[in-house]
Amino acid sequence: MMVPESYYVGLSAVLFTIGVIGVVIRRNPLVMFMSIELMLNAANLALVAFGRRVGNPDGQAVVFFVMAVAAAEVAVGLAIIVTIFRLRRRLSVDDLSLMRW
Amino acid sequence: MAYAAFFVVAAMAVVSALGLVLRRNAIHGALFLIVNLGSIAVLYQTLGAEFLAWAQVIVYAGAIMVLFVFAIMVLIPGKEETGPDPRRPWRLLALPAGALLFVQLIFVVGRDRGGGGADVSPAGGGVEAIAGLLFTRYLFPFELTSVLLLAAMVGVLLLARRRV
Repeated sequence: MMVPESYYVGLSAVLFTIGVIGVVIRRNPLVMFMSIELMLNAANLALVAFGRRVGNPDGQAVVFFVMAVAAAEVAVGLAIIVTIFRLRRRLSVDDLSLMRW
Repeated sequence: MAYAAFFVVAAMAVVSALGLVLRRNAIHGALFLIVNLGSIAVLYQTLGAEFLAWAQVIVYAGAIMVLFVFAIMVLIPGKEETGPDPRRPWRLLALPAGALLFVQLIFVVGRDRGGGGADVSPAGGGVEAIAGLLFTRYLFPFELTSVLLLAAMVGVLLLARRRV
């Protein structure tokens, strides 16, 4: 009596879509960052679900690496956001057009 | 019973994700994200991945979210999402685009009607199984992870340093 994997993958699709919408509709870079974390977690959930279907723990090892990379990414990204805030005194992504030609 | 537990936890995950995206307050968003990460940890547990469930709680809900809350406290956001939004029509375009993406994802997921994996004996997801993989087959990526974390730490120190 186990819940089939497709339910988990469907839930992961729902969470991934919410994360994509969050990245697009929000103006605060911190919330956009948190939505990216949401997408990473949705992908992780799908990986674990597929791993159970295949029947070996390789998917879980991949999720472990994703977690490590996400930790590094969050640290660097938040440092960049803090630096931008220190330079510009504002925190809206609409103001950050410095790299647009 | 297993189904009921799954649906309760899945509803918690979806509701907290929506709360993160829809609430204006960034601190509320961070707390919603903690609920979401915790419910995903519960789902890992039901999938038989005990090690990942605990790693999720410790790494994500512990370390990463502390970093987020700390950044929110330092930056004191909240003013940038009040006031008129000159690009509102473009932002609202995200809803049909997201719906389209969702339909595509469900189409891909729903295509495989195999579903025969239920009788496969669940792979042990404990520390033993993961460690056996990490220290044999994935040894090189595992060592690279430490280099990556060191590089991230040095980069953060460089970025956050005050200009003299």
